[in-house]
Amino acid sequence: MALLEIENLHRRFGGLHAVNDVSFAVQAGQIKAVIGPNGAGKTTLFNLVSGALVPSSGVVRFQGREIQGRRPFEIAARGMARTYQNIKMFTGMTALENVMVGCHLQGRAGFLASMLHAPWIWEEELEIRNKSMELLELLEIADYAHIEATSLAFGQQRAVELARALAMQPALLLLDEPAAGLNIYETAEVGRLISKIRDMGITVLLVEHDMSLVMDISDEIVVLCFGEKIAEDLPLAIQQNPDVIRIYLGE
Amino acid sequence: MKRFIVLLPLLAVVVLVQLLSTWTGTQFYLTQMTMAAYYSLLIIGLCVLMGYAGQISLGHAGFFAIGGYLSAALTTHNLVAFKGVAVVRLLEGCALLQAGKDLYGGELLVVTPWAAAILAVLVAAAVAVVIGIPVLKLKGHYLAMATLGFGIIIYRLALASAWLGEADGISGVPPFVLLPGLVVRGDSAGRVQNYYIAWGVLLVGLFLLLNLIGSRVGRALRSIHGSEEAADAMGVNCARFKLQTFVLSAVFAAIAGVLLTHFNGGIGPSEAGVMKSVRYVAIVAVGGMAHLWGALIMGVLLNFLSLRGVFGTYDDAVFGFILIVIMLFAPNGILSLLASRKKRKANPQKIAANQER
Repeated sequence: MALLEIENLHRRFGGLHAVNDVSFAVQAGQIKAVIGPNGAGKTTLFNLVSGALVPSSGVVRFQGREIQGRRPFEIAARGMARTYQNIKMFTGMTALENVMVGCHLQGRAGFLASMLHAPWIWEEELEIRNKSMELLELLEIADYAHIEATSLAFGQQRAVELARALAMQPALLLLDEPAAGLNIYETAEVGRLISKIRDMGITVLLVEHDMSLVMDISDEIVVLCFGEKIAEDLPLAIQQNPDVIRIYLGE
Repeated sequence: MKRFIVLLPLLAVVVLVQLLSTWTGTQFYLTQMTMAAYYSLLIIGLCVLMGYAGQISLGHAGFFAIGGYLSAALTTHNLVAFKGVAVVRLLEGCALLQAGKDLYGGELLVVTPWAAAILAVLVAAAVAVVIGIPVLKLKGHYLAMATLGFGIIIYRLALASAWLGEADGISGVPPFVLLPGLVVRGDSAGRVQNYYIAWGVLLVGLFLLLNLIGSRVGRALRSIHGSEEAADAMGVNCARFKLQTFVLSAVFAAIAGVLLTHFNGGIGPSEAGVMKSVRYVAIVAVGGMAHLWGALIMGVLLNFLSLRGVFGTYDDAVFGFILIVIMLFAPNGILSLLASRKKRKANPQKIAANQER
């Protein structure tokens, strides 16, 4: 059974058919990439999978259960994490606090327990703090732990966002253009990092424009164009696929 | 332990103020300090809603009024005439009613202050749930308008209802015996005790809220404020957290309303007025939105000045003016001006470098 199965997924915005009958599956332990020209519907697809958008029709099955139409926080609770193309940091919070929010689902303290500061909360807080710090160390940004996240450099913010997603201990991680705005060295670094994440047992589905990165790390690639799936294959086969070459280079 | 220690300086100031006022023979100030403490209880609750969860409410005077009016009505309306009714007999059997004599020596049967207070706070919480579920789906201006509408409804209900005393409000509210020997009442003999009751309640409220914002829930609230979409994707149930915070702040407002009404011996419709809600929002803004201590300090200071009549007949106008000036010149609150000046002094190069970037 695949970890994530997408079947005949549709999403219309008025007259625009942003995602048109897309089906594919992501196997556990894979790194799978979704590529396509601007406006191909890649981010819309991510939003449909993560629950930010509701599909017009079709099925999204995650760990064997249908999740289409569920709210994002419910889908997150089932083990899916994501990052954003345009980074969404929590303004007014430090890098460490941002990552600690990622541990939200592992905590249990509610309003009453928090207000009374029940003793068992202390342990939970300490655990969350230590774990978040470890993730910042893993991504080599521990030095910036106590700096407000939005005042960090772009690349560092990306790292905080990734740490925040990893803090959720997801089964599936959706990465929306993880290398956007990074130079070639940073991009290579991100590539190594994604492979490392997969080795941690986390399945990765990513949208990316940087072809060298995609070809380097992906096990399989899905190509979208104008909302439709054009091809799905191994990286080498995709590079030689005439349809793919046509949409990227023109006739 | 650290959590208690931060409250010690405040506790010291509270005691010092009382000692000074007794020593200098100016104990009458304590009456306004007591009232200011109760208003500040509402304000720190509103601060968590506005500053941390990022949701505005222009209807909090409404929750204050629900608490105050309900406990006033229940503890003053005579139930002697209904003595035969089963419900009244049941209440009496559960010791929720107390007998007494009215002004003319007639028989008086009213709900006990404790029962009335608990019911009033529960009703305020229930109203907050019913109002909050639909209204908290709105954002920004729309949320402000909707809560304003709620505030106006409560105000007009207070004015229109004979049970709530119409324009006169309700007077003759009895003292509230919290514990034997601990009585919320407004006469000069109970002045010092009531000052400590009010500040005790406020300190406990502050302690609870400081714990809250420093916890997992506080982080979740701030994340909603920072980016609701991302918070949602982290598994934060935004709608539920917003609603819970709304209810919590309504409960704080209602408790303030109950206690202040017993202290004042009555409540009038101006307490439910829209200008009161605007005042509370203005004070939270002056304090710096996401700043519980700022809200507390400004809540006590401005309410004290207002209650002493420093602003005269321009009271409401002054608070409107304060709101405009703060929004224009210090959107992060008065204390932020001091903080940024200090920072500039401490490290001018770094600030300049930041500005160049």
